[in-house]
Amino acid sequence: MNSAGYIQPEANVRQTAIAELKGVSKHFGDVIAAQDLNLAIGEGEFLSLLGPSGCGKTTALRMLAGFEAPTSGEVLLDGEDVSALEPYHRPVNMVFQHYALFPHMTVAQNIAYGLKQRRPRLPKAVIAEKVSHALEVVRLDGYDRRRVWELSGGQQQRVALARAIVNEPKLLLLDEPMAALDRKLRKEMQLELKTLQRKLGITFVLVTHDQEEALSMSDRICIMRDGRIVQVGSPQDLYDHPSSRYVAGFVGTSNFFDGTVTARSGNLVSVRLENGMSVETSRADGIDQGQEVCISLRPEQIRLKRSGEGVPVSVTNRIFLGEHTEYIVNHQTLGEFLVLSPRQSELNEGQFDTGDLLVASWEATAALALDRT
Amino acid sequence: MKQRTRNWLLLAPAGTWFLVMLIVPLTVVLIFSFGERGASGGYVPALTLEQYANLPARWTAFKNTMVLAPAGTMAALLIAYPLAYFLAVRASPRWKTILLVLVIVPFWTSILIRSYAWIFLLGGRGIPALLGWAGLEDIRLINTPFAVLIGIIYGYLPLMVFPIFVSLDRLDKRLLEASSDLGARPWHTFVHVTLPLSIPGIATGCMLVFILLMGEFLIPAMLGGGKVFFVGNALVDLFLQSRNWAYGSAVAVTLVVVMLVTVTAYMRLIKRLGAQREDVAIM
Repeated sequence: MNSAGYIQPEANVRQTAIAELKGVSKHFGDVIAAQDLNLAIGEGEFLSLLGPSGCGKTTALRMLAGFEAPTSGEVLLDGEDVSALEPYHRPVNMVFQHYALFPHMTVAQNIAYGLKQRRPRLPKAVIAEKVSHALEVVRLDGYDRRRVWELSGGQQQRVALARAIVNEPKLLLLDEPMAALDRKLRKEMQLELKTLQRKLGITFVLVTHDQEEALSMSDRICIMRDGRIVQVGSPQDLYDHPSSRYVAGFVGTSNFFDGTVTARSGNLVSVRLENGMSVETSRADGIDQGQEVCISLRPEQIRLKRSGEGVPVSVTNRIFLGEHTEYIVNHQTLGEFLVLSPRQSELNEGQFDTGDLLVASWEATAALALDRT
Repeated sequence: MKQRTRNWLLLAPAGTWFLVMLIVPLTVVLIFSFGERGASGGYVPALTLEQYANLPARWTAFKNTMVLAPAGTMAALLIAYPLAYFLAVRASPRWKTILLVLVIVPFWTSILIRSYAWIFLLGGRGIPALLGWAGLEDIRLINTPFAVLIGIIYGYLPLMVFPIFVSLDRLDKRLLEASSDLGARPWHTFVHVTLPLSIPGIATGCMLVFILLMGEFLIPAMLGGGKVFFVGNALVDLFLQSRNWAYGSAVAVTLVVVMLVTVTAYMRLIKRLGAQREDVAIM
């Protein structure tokens, strides 16, 4: 792993950590599902665990919930080691991937389930009031007597959410809650979930493989790969300062060119690309002279012009997307790469068509030299 | 071919079977029950309620059936449920297969042969002899209601295990996690999630075992030794030994009526219990 793998900008360090993973590993036989996870979750924040399937994000979530006990390391909740605590003893609730609503109960009975477990018992009137409030919060008032199988996927998800938040957990865990919803509904729910989280002030931990989902909702994202945490940071941090090629490719899209570091000066690094071309890039921590690196260049950082300084390219494809236009351009030795042009630049320069010969340029600080992993 | 014609064709084999094997014999039995016994046995046509008036003479058989059938069903349920639960929820996939096969294996041998084994086990040189060594003298097991109950539980256990196993195996295990996540201790999860969701299996198993038990005659004949007999044994006796077909028919009709009433009442109860669930409606 990159030595700069754990970037946590000052601005995002919370005063108190509501939950913490300390050197947590989980092995299933020979399979290492999670390896040395270190993560502090701040009170009231919306944190996403992002990564492809099998990266350990669900295992991490299940260890927070108590369904899996870590093989080594500690799970802290409110500063207390809860590693050995059963799920039913943890003030943590989960929204399951397929909701896991009780099919033999009404919507209201589902939501009241957690409240009925409290000891000493809550008075019936209190439970009824909390349930109806929770239904209001997820905008399902009047659905209390419905059977859960009568509801649509979106409504079932709201019930699952209400069933969890009604207990006012210290930590709300969401396991790919949007996976079963169609695209349009998913967008709506994302927005709603974020609003709800702000309103309730409950700490949310979301597991997802959908970068868009993670970017749009999270205060911080924890990127995982092969059971390890690769980088933690705010969506902007991860986008602007990825620690490796993996992160740059996972958060947003980017163009990558392999090369070797030839010189370092001040804030810049010179990299010789495989085609012999030399480019200046912004310097990242832990990049040394002679190191084989990967240059990341975001498509929107590249400018296309009819003439001027830059590398000569030809347009192979143009996709008009409204507010901006996507160009796939070809350079003789670098190959094809992606450029995203705002509508305004096209209005200034005139429309570029397939086959046009242009010049591509970018600021030296826009290109990043990254670890190749 | 028209849809209607095709539907009729599809129903024809089963329909014919139903008619020939069920409706016709039952009608014959119903007609016989109003007749009289011939001088040398068999049936003489008549229209009398005399046979029904004689029913109290067979009260013991009805009493035994009505006590031991429900008792056997309950006992089988109490033993089968933990077993089915273990198989479906706790056992590893490998053990699950092995144990399921072990539950079926007894079916490979005739119940007759297996009952003989029980005659030995419960007889004087079997378990009572062992108990005798332990100081418990004079314990008679064979030819008692207890022996019949043992035989019933033994013979019908797989029929009870399977439906319950299926309903527990189908149970979404994430529901158990959800329950635990919401603060329910294991016992509470069992009572409020696992048990209600396995009601369809329990209902099917009990129904299956109970109906078959009502008509049982082999187990009481072998392990009850003529002392503990069911209506089924009375029927064998009446039709084959005393050749009183009319009286036998009256007993048979009464048994069918008792069974219909009990099963209907049972189905009503289950329907009410499972009113919250769609899939119990299959009962």
